[in-house]
Amino acid sequence: MTTATASVDTQPVRAGAFRLAVAAEATKLRTVRSTMWALGATLVATIGIGSLIAMARVSRWDRLSLREQIRFDAPAASLRGIFLAQLVLGVLGVLVISSEFATGMIRTTFTAMPRRGTVLAAKALVFAIVAFVVAFAGCLVAFAIGQSIFAQKHAGVSLSAPGAFRAVLGGAVYLTAVGLLGLALGTVLRRTAGAIATLFGLLLIVPLLVGSLPDPWGTDISKFLPGDAGRALFTVQHQSDLLSPAGGLLVLAAWVIGGLLVAGLVLRRRDA
Amino acid sequence: MIVAEGLTKRYGDVVAVDDLSFSVPPGRVTGFLGPNGAGKTTTMRMLLGLARPTGGFIETNGRPYLDHAAPMREVGALLDAGAVHPGRRARDHLRWLARSNAIPLRRVDEVLVAVGLESVAGKRIGTFSLGMNQRLGIAAALLGDPGVLVFDEPVNGLDPEGIVWIRSLFRGLAQEGRTVFVSSHLMSEMALTADHVIVIGRGRLLADSPMTELTNRPAGAVLVRTPAPDQLAVLLSADGATVDVAEDRALTVTGMGAPEIGAAAHRYGIVLHELTPQHASLEEAFFELTGDSVEYHAALPNAADPGATDSKVTA
Repeated sequence: MTTATASVDTQPVRAGAFRLAVAAEATKLRTVRSTMWALGATLVATIGIGSLIAMARVSRWDRLSLREQIRFDAPAASLRGIFLAQLVLGVLGVLVISSEFATGMIRTTFTAMPRRGTVLAAKALVFAIVAFVVAFAGCLVAFAIGQSIFAQKHAGVSLSAPGAFRAVLGGAVYLTAVGLLGLALGTVLRRTAGAIATLFGLLLIVPLLVGSLPDPWGTDISKFLPGDAGRALFTVQHQSDLLSPAGGLLVLAAWVIGGLLVAGLVLRRRDA
Repeated sequence: MIVAEGLTKRYGDVVAVDDLSFSVPPGRVTGFLGPNGAGKTTTMRMLLGLARPTGGFIETNGRPYLDHAAPMREVGALLDAGAVHPGRRARDHLRWLARSNAIPLRRVDEVLVAVGLESVAGKRIGTFSLGMNQRLGIAAALLGDPGVLVFDEPVNGLDPEGIVWIRSLFRGLAQEGRTVFVSSHLMSEMALTADHVIVIGRGRLLADSPMTELTNRPAGAVLVRTPAPDQLAVLLSADGATVDVAEDRALTVTGMGAPEIGAAAHRYGIVLHELTPQHASLEEAFFELTGDSVEYHAALPNAADPGATDSKVTA
């Protein structure tokens, strides 16, 4: 029934279909309030919580051993807000698609854009850009505030210090990746609550369970979970239980790409 | 033009759509009728590429929906007016739709005016009534100025004014040479809207015929009102007709045409107040067609007996 010529005919237009889908998804993301709230909360978490944790660190500084003071990871310590911000961006990533399943909007979306893989790719790209920009801004400000707090104890570093900029960038990359994992989970599970619970479990509970395994298994497996893989990106001081930054990036990318591929397959196969 | 050929959809053991073949030509309003659960919505979902046929195919303008590069310019659809994000403003909803199909943004304001929602375009959809949602869904269907329009139960939630409006909208769209395919379980509504009907029950095609053919089949009965019903009933029975006397003293005469009844009454000197040949209402025709295909029968007495329904519905 599908004639070969028909699919050839549509090819030039289909090349533009991704661009159109990106424009549509960008409009969608911009025009619901939950986006602005989530992005605002991401900034509050990275900057606000990051600063509070930095201040707490400084107040206990004199009680640290010399070894601990030398091994102090100033960039990572200023980016602690990430642990809260990841939950916020993760929820937003889930909502990007689960809200469409919940309201039935997904059918309107697929009627307008029947190429479901294209829709998912467009959602991922739009979300990734927005999340990364906000997360990067948040990490940069948190880094600056954190270092100025640490400077009271002469423990602050500048952005040009070895690994410092990479840590800020890495924090933003990690936050974006968690959001994309949320998008993948939201696509596969379709339910907001279920996808959020699964994501939080993967980020918060699974590491605890794995960590309780007898060593060396515990750390060997933990390294490859998204949380620890991401931590390798914004940690500057070498830690034996983490992968290298490049290794962490690879593992994190594998999680995200793998998750989105599965999501794409599921999305195309199921009736909407 | 919509064409379905051997269209089949199975969900496990349940056959929702069973070897359905029909075509919907442009230039007229085609009704798609069937009881709840007959497979109307499933058929429309397959038409829009939302569900995959188990067998056969359904195409618009010679192509499966998935092969249309900008489908909203070919096919405008209103399937479920609730399938919108309640937090988004009406205009923004139409804007993302326009962007997704490279439709100029000025069309957004045009269709908002066309459906009468221009004054609430900046309101969040969650604040809309059912009828406003329905109008927004129709605006979305019209957005790409498509040649094929598909509406699933469009009159749901519309007020009387809206229903009159939507009827003339469908007429107008058909007169412009578009294909208009409208599903409903409200036979009376179809009688006023559609030129042609496709009737399905349990996923199977039951009828595919002009509306007039369904409604104008004489039922062979004549309704007679007279101040002397008992007298006339006896006399007509003696002349070989079968006469039923209803509670309101109206006579239903079969086996004798209206002219013969009128002539007999004149002969006997009996005054007539009404003499009406009965056409099968669309509802009756519908019950006749779908009688054993209704999936859930109500356990009410006479529910399945069309004669018992006090039908106020006429074409």
